[in-house]
Amino acid sequence: MNAYRLAALLAVGAVLPAPTFANPYETTLANGLRVIVKEDHRAPTVVHMVWYRAGSMDEKDGTSGVAHALEHLMFKATKTLKSGEFNKRVAAAGGRDNAFTSRDYTAYYQIVPKEALPEMMQLESDRMSNLVLDPKEFASEIKVVMEERRMRTDDNPQALTGEAMRSVIFQAHPYRRPIIGWMNDLENMTWQDAREWYRQWYTPNNAYVLVVGDVDHREVFKLAQKTYGGHKSHALPVRKPQTEPEQKGIRRVSVKAPAKLPYLALAWKVPKLMDVRKDREGLALEVLASVLSGHDAARLAKRLVRETRVAQTAGASYDGTLRGEALFFLEGQPGDGKTVAELETALRGELESIRKDGVTAEDLARIKVQMIAAQVYKRDSLVSQAMEIGGFEAVGMNWRDIDLMIEQLKTVTPDEVQAVAKKYFSDDTLTVAVLDPQPLDESQPKPRGFAGRH
Amino acid sequence: MMIRVIKLLALIVLVGAASLASAGVKIQYWVAPTGAKVYFIETRVLPILDVQIDFPAGGVHAPNAKSGLAGLTHGLLDTGAGKLDEEQIAARLVDTGAIFSGQAEKDRASFGLRTLSSKSERDASLELMRTVLSEPTFPAHVLEREKTRSIAAIQEAATKPDSIASKRFAAAMYPGHPYGVTPSVESVTSVQRDDLVAFYKSRYAAKGAVVSIIGDVSRAEAEAIAQQLTEGLPAGDHALTVAPVTKPQQTTIKIDHPATQSHVHIGLPAIARDDPDYFPLLVGNYTLGGGGFVSRLMKEVREKRGYAYSVYSYFAPRKQPGPFEIGLQTKRDQAQAAIKVVDEVLTEFIAKGPTAQELAAAKKNMIDGLALRLDSNAKLLGYLSTIGFYGLPLTYIDDFPAKVRAVTVEQVRSAFAQHVTKENLVTVIVAAD
Repeated sequence: MNAYRLAALLAVGAVLPAPTFANPYETTLANGLRVIVKEDHRAPTVVHMVWYRAGSMDEKDGTSGVAHALEHLMFKATKTLKSGEFNKRVAAAGGRDNAFTSRDYTAYYQIVPKEALPEMMQLESDRMSNLVLDPKEFASEIKVVMEERRMRTDDNPQALTGEAMRSVIFQAHPYRRPIIGWMNDLENMTWQDAREWYRQWYTPNNAYVLVVGDVDHREVFKLAQKTYGGHKSHALPVRKPQTEPEQKGIRRVSVKAPAKLPYLALAWKVPKLMDVRKDREGLALEVLASVLSGHDAARLAKRLVRETRVAQTAGASYDGTLRGEALFFLEGQPGDGKTVAELETALRGELESIRKDGVTAEDLARIKVQMIAAQVYKRDSLVSQAMEIGGFEAVGMNWRDIDLMIEQLKTVTPDEVQAVAKKYFSDDTLTVAVLDPQPLDESQPKPRGFAGRH
Repeated sequence: MMIRVIKLLALIVLVGAASLASAGVKIQYWVAPTGAKVYFIETRVLPILDVQIDFPAGGVHAPNAKSGLAGLTHGLLDTGAGKLDEEQIAARLVDTGAIFSGQAEKDRASFGLRTLSSKSERDASLELMRTVLSEPTFPAHVLEREKTRSIAAIQEAATKPDSIASKRFAAAMYPGHPYGVTPSVESVTSVQRDDLVAFYKSRYAAKGAVVSIIGDVSRAEAEAIAQQLTEGLPAGDHALTVAPVTKPQQTTIKIDHPATQSHVHIGLPAIARDDPDYFPLLVGNYTLGGGGFVSRLMKEVREKRGYAYSVYSYFAPRKQPGPFEIGLQTKRDQAQAAIKVVDEVLTEFIAKGPTAQELAAAKKNMIDGLALRLDSNAKLLGYLSTIGFYGLPLTYIDDFPAKVRAVTVEQVRSAFAQHVTKENLVTVIVAAD
């Protein structure tokens, strides 16, 4: 590391036009709906999002996947719009729209020329309480969801392994269920399940609106009052903690599926990162993940892929900022001629080397540089900025925590990283998952060509 | 996260307009003393600089028997250069906060840099980029390792239904043509270090290079950067030349696989970059299968019948006619029914084109939505490099709304009838019953 260069870079970080003024801006309507606006005047475009704090973790056994199924149904008819009209209106405005469901939340967005923002707010407001759930539309759309499950999970060996793994990691906590839902639950889901979900969770006091782009926040606040202000809020179902009991012993799971390369994942239960001022262990875990695989020169790729070649691919990840429980993952595919066992030993060996020898000041300096650069680069994308704010708000944190977390991450010391490496990676809280590759039927695919009409 | 898929590939391929328009930015063009063509947009709002160099060094330029050579040459550039080994290069890059990007496609190979524009970071990362482009050493031990990793990835892909389908689809659309060739275990095994050195010397010349620059630098600085990055490149003058394409005969290929869904690809070689029918096809495809949720294919296959999560169509223009493709995945026992629906939609569209109402909706989305596709430096860089590499007019971006507006129903109908000829359509179904 060139110390002079780093010093210069840190100085750059300090003089960037940091958003220390009030941007973003926020307000809360009388019905409990939060509205957050980040002004960015580079281009005449706007991202508009509505996030609901209801995700797959809020579902019950037997109706897994209903949060995501409802997300699909939100594009159907409302009391004022015909089915399909929502997408048509967004397209006519020159925009794009979509939605996504996670364990913690469900979110909807439109990216539009700024002139179209009022219409988008009107459209989102409409489906916040006017959705019409029709049995026929449901029957057709649930088939689409099943196709989505086949594509993303059933025919994707790594995803299938990940799904099985989560169901073993968690026994009580709802994170054990897949977001898309078990196939049998989808097959037995009814339109009334979707209606029940919509009635329970889609209320302004469980939602927030995000607007990022070329707008005046005062205008947006006025519009928000006009479009969303009329919704009545209601009480939410009780959310029980469903805390996972302490794991007492290693768990292993394997999945057989058609593939050539095995895949290995190791997950430990670790603390969360929710209070950026106090959760020092969460901050240290975040830094640990970066030291292992946060950049091109990080340890796993350098040692396991390039030096020893024990891995074809290797990575580490930690997500501690979530509503449920946190995990630290190591994963990879073995290199040519290497076994899953050798890869597991090598991945654990990297943790062991940090437990024993710690990390260096140079390791941490590199990560700081990455964080500073990433903070600048993310400003080139309205969507990245909106997603970041949305993700923090979804777990009950605040957009103010974004910059604060980065500042706090910069204060993590080598000792703190070594301490979490020593404390949290015992076998007793570990789950190991392996994809056990199976040959395709009839060994290799054989072209069965014939000419003719399809 | 589950994202409802939206495929706007055709629109993504190339739609451009003025700039971060409100900032009053414009494209500047010049030829560097080295002979490299340079395209530049100055925008000082963010302290970021993006530079990309495109070379006529895509897969089409390697011998078929050595397919994979273009990707390996490109991939090894930053694994040894000048006096630096791959770990030193990675460390230097990381220490400046910069990112390298790029890929080898069929026609071109791109090498990109995103860096902070502050002088010390910028100077250090540009010098690193210059070194890896001008003095690559192609270390033998790295080549051996990367060949092994490529082969493992090829073998893994040969088990995945969508990869199998894509590979077979390319081969069936372009029999005997380099556009139809994809790397195999044998072809990658045969690649030697000398091949990389020779390919680099012949394809990474300054005179064939297109330098795209956008961000927080002045014209004078951009000129110096373009010169710095290209003056050490190999000598030579290698233009992009690709053998002509012959359309295939209509065929259907079925491939066994245990997957729960059939993966279906339908298409043919359809359109070259410089084809005058580009706009009628682009605008028409919005209605057929490019317009995401509002396209006819989406309505008929997904919304009405629940056959598929994702169904789309796109044109991917290349130097020689690139593919038109319709794709979908569906539960295997309904694959034939889904294909029948696609066939009906396509037949109807080729015969009649869009309705006047559909055409108006397509134009409105493409013209009004232009700003969305130009609202970041990263997006603009993509348009700069494509305009530069394929020699599109500098006014392409400014002309875009008028060109879209001018398209008529009859032009769409006639362009589809001419380019999407059913007697040449190739269908590949993996995991067919």
